[in-house]
Amino acid sequence: MDWTALRLSLLLGLWTLALLLPAALWIGRWLAYSEFRGKSLIEAMLALPLVLPPTVLGFYILVATGGGSALGRIWQGLFGGPLAFSFEGLVFASLIANLPFAIQPIQQAFAGIPRDLREAAACCGLSPWRGFRLIELPLAWPGLLTAAVLTFAHTLGEFGVVLMVGGSIPGETRTIAIAIYDRVQAFDDTGAGLMSATLLVFSLAAIAATTALSKRIGKRHG
Amino acid sequence: MRFHAFVFAALLAIGLCSASQARAQAPTSDIPIVAAAADLAFALEDAAKDFTGQSGRQVKLSLGSSGNFFRQIQQGAPFQIFLSADEDFVFRLADAGLTKDRGVLYAIGRLALIVPPGSPLQPDGSLADLKAALQAGRVTRFAIANPEHAPYGRRAEETLRHLGLWDAIHDKLVLGENVSQAAQFAVSGGAQGGIVAYSLVLSPQMEQRGRHALIPAEWHQPLRQRMVLLKNADDTAQRFYDYLQSTAGRRILVRYGFVLPGEQS
Repeated sequence: MDWTALRLSLLLGLWTLALLLPAALWIGRWLAYSEFRGKSLIEAMLALPLVLPPTVLGFYILVATGGGSALGRIWQGLFGGPLAFSFEGLVFASLIANLPFAIQPIQQAFAGIPRDLREAAACCGLSPWRGFRLIELPLAWPGLLTAAVLTFAHTLGEFGVVLMVGGSIPGETRTIAIAIYDRVQAFDDTGAGLMSATLLVFSLAAIAATTALSKRIGKRHG
Repeated sequence: MRFHAFVFAALLAIGLCSASQARAQAPTSDIPIVAAAADLAFALEDAAKDFTGQSGRQVKLSLGSSGNFFRQIQQGAPFQIFLSADEDFVFRLADAGLTKDRGVLYAIGRLALIVPPGSPLQPDGSLADLKAALQAGRVTRFAIANPEHAPYGRRAEETLRHLGLWDAIHDKLVLGENVSQAAQFAVSGGAQGGIVAYSLVLSPQMEQRGRHALIPAEWHQPLRQRMVLLKNADDTAQRFYDYLQSTAGRRILVRYGFVLPGEQS
């Protein structure tokens, strides 16, 4: 059982959540409320990681983060280390791969809030910020929760992109999914089986917990 | 969630269409599929082209990790020839009764150091500069194939251990899933170099992307590569198998840096 790999996967999931959710909240709300020319194009671009093969994403990310790329050079200048084949590089890849999983549920949740409700809040003298905090956020909360669970679960399960850009470095880029693949390749079925079972139980528990949680929220608001 | 449902339905529809199409085409295609280790990527493409030119018959190539193919063949994958980078896989399949015989040794693989343009490393086969670069901290990432399961990775590890560099380089290694991916990592710009299959760095595609040096064969166990005809091999497969042992086939392997059995390097 490779605990380092499991810890790394959980860490990657948490970092992705911490960086992506605030951004997704802002982008999702903005897309839900505004109508403008080119909106469909932006929505399509944000949904791309959903349909593109991980190999395509992985290839572009490998090229974009390598030592020869602008991003790779800027990163090297700022932090003194390479972005490719590092944990930070994986976080970057994970942010892009998870865009649709974070944004779409949030956008739909905000789109579901009736317009007159927001207008009523404004008429009653609530500032935009208080309106957001007291009216919109509680209503959009289930969407936010769905986004968080999808993003986290998808990060734990991400394989193709990590295989393409990671390089299986223990404690740095060897996530649990890669560790399982390596064990299978090394004909260590016991190790692979143990890790797969751990991941299975963990994922099941996470989904069950969120389903229970969102039911409770649903009741409170229902 | 409506969008997800839509995407799911669309993917399902595409999947069903292509599945029915594949079934419709299946009876017409009787081209044998060759499963080959990743170090043969370029050499075997040349060989297959030459074979088709000579005989008018075609083979399909599937390149990947020998270990993966070993597993897939055990599960009944429809390959007709298996070219393994490690002869043990062939012997194990033969013991399981899945092959026609115990196969033939077709080549001995060699290792090479590859260094991308702009790297602070010098490509020398003695790896003396690699040692100096490690001490000076000029190397942050170095690519090899995963020694846990890739034959070329195991031999690269033996080489680095033989030179006493393993402890210094160990936490800088980037591990490719197979030797071909290790080569890709080595020249991607994210790493300063790597130890990969000589056959890969000799290909025109790789030659433009880095400089290389051959590593002495005495520093590691030999990479004994064996091929075998599987139980379901047809006439075309048999001919390609013979072609690879013919003068023309052997010449291509030599051009890609393989040492042929029974010959000196």
